[in-house]
Amino acid sequence: MFDKDIILMLVEGTGATLYMTLVSTLFGYLLGLPMGIVLTVTDREGIRPNQMIYKILDFIVNVIRSIPFLILLILVIPLTRAIVGKSYGSSATIVPLVIAAAPFIARMVESSLKEVDKGVIEAAQSMGASNLTIIWKVLLAEARTSLLVGVTIATGTILGYSAMAGAVGGGGLGDIAIRYGYHRYQTDIMVMTIVVLVVLVQILQYLGMLLSKKLDRRRL
Amino acid sequence: METMIQVEHLYKTFSQKGSSVEALKDVSFEIEKGDIFGIIGLSGAGKSTLVRCLNFLERPTEGTVTVAGQNLAELSERELRTARQNIGMIFQHFNLLMQRNVLDNIVFPMEIAGVPKKEAKERALELLETVGLSEKAKAYPVQLSGGQKQRVAIARVLANNPQVLLCDEATSALDPQTTKSILTLLKQINQEYGITIVVITHEMAVVQEICNRVAIIDQGILAETGTVEEIFRSPKTEAAKRLVFGGTERIAEMKGDRCVRIVFSEQSAFEPVIGNMVLEFKRPVNILFAATRNVGGKAKGEMVLQLPQQRELGDRMIRYLKERNLSVEELKNYV
Repeated sequence: MFDKDIILMLVEGTGATLYMTLVSTLFGYLLGLPMGIVLTVTDREGIRPNQMIYKILDFIVNVIRSIPFLILLILVIPLTRAIVGKSYGSSATIVPLVIAAAPFIARMVESSLKEVDKGVIEAAQSMGASNLTIIWKVLLAEARTSLLVGVTIATGTILGYSAMAGAVGGGGLGDIAIRYGYHRYQTDIMVMTIVVLVVLVQILQYLGMLLSKKLDRRRL
Repeated sequence: METMIQVEHLYKTFSQKGSSVEALKDVSFEIEKGDIFGIIGLSGAGKSTLVRCLNFLERPTEGTVTVAGQNLAELSERELRTARQNIGMIFQHFNLLMQRNVLDNIVFPMEIAGVPKKEAKERALELLETVGLSEKAKAYPVQLSGGQKQRVAIARVLANNPQVLLCDEATSALDPQTTKSILTLLKQINQEYGITIVVITHEMAVVQEICNRVAIIDQGILAETGTVEEIFRSPKTEAAKRLVFGGTERIAEMKGDRCVRIVFSEQSAFEPVIGNMVLEFKRPVNILFAATRNVGGKAKGEMVLQLPQQRELGDRMIRYLKERNLSVEELKNYV
């Protein structure tokens, strides 16, 4: 159906997509997880309420979340150039992906951590636990299932965003779909990239859910 | 006796956006070392806030709380955390870590206190034996019944050898039989380890079962304190009366008649006092309510009698009962 060159291109595209997605998710969490923790802890009902910090962070997260990704992609080009040295290709796409993903991840982490039973936190406080211990051993440990579901959702979303980056020369499967499917009317190649993307999302979703279920002790 | 907990002129006001609620108003009391001290009140009376002031999970607005000689308000954050290791707390909904097994739940407070891992594990196993759950060490909380979860919580709270144990409605989510077994366990802990226990509850039965002293909280005010026997025998305040007589069915059509409440002590419980009285006066009395309750380990009979209409005859009957060392109290508007 396809010749060797096209298959090779699709394989390379898949590799690039996976590279962008996984590295962006990793860096997204490096930024987003602490942000989510701070949002949880400093909220009015948190273990160390601080309205000032909460409101500032909350504002930043909302602002970035409201910028459409395609626009953010263009907006941060100067920053991308400064960090990566060029504004196109897979590595360059990671910068806007991380910036878009971090606030989204922060919100998901916040909502996961806020699900932790207030009573359990109170029990830890009554034992003389410090806030750091509560964050580490109560909040993160008790919410781990929900956090992992969050990782799965975040990875899927970042995968979708990475395809969007193809519109501005981002590399990966999205790039191939736009170049061949849109500019050269090769619908068969476009369909093929969609199939690969669907399969990738399915695998990620399956693995994520499997792991989170395996780690959940709340079910019999 | 040594004082373990001293509360002086405690106020707690919750304010939110202009409006404020006074949850506690000028509450003062003392708890002796080794007491099982009940704090009883209807829901919303302020008892949960009060117990949280005893370990500063809630900071009082005014007043002092002294536990084991330490004024909690004067401690730094770090010192307060150390002090809390000496004040255990168990809860209505157990509050176990759901993602840790039973053994690791009991190890948790020892992790906080910095006990070496191996030592903590050994101690946790011992404690599991104390609460009778050795075979559940590897189980997760979701696999346990309510009573078992509370036993795990009790083992967990004992891990750091506290001098004080606060119980916040610890049996309110349990059925009567399980409640009894948990109360027995608490009593055993009190006797074996000499831990001072504070029991928060809305159930008089719980107080009667294990407490030696009790405080009654009503709308944020300490209405009455005393030994359980005193309060059960002759509750003085309205709040105390409501709790002691609570749940009694009242029959409307008998309104206006003269009623008395008598409480039998241990000795008189075996003597047919009422029967003898009826024989002596040759006039029947109406028994409106009768019950036997366990008050601090002693059997106490309680009875509400409706006396004959003649004032003079009623007075003589009351005298007769008092001569037999029964506590007699006239009830106004009982029926």
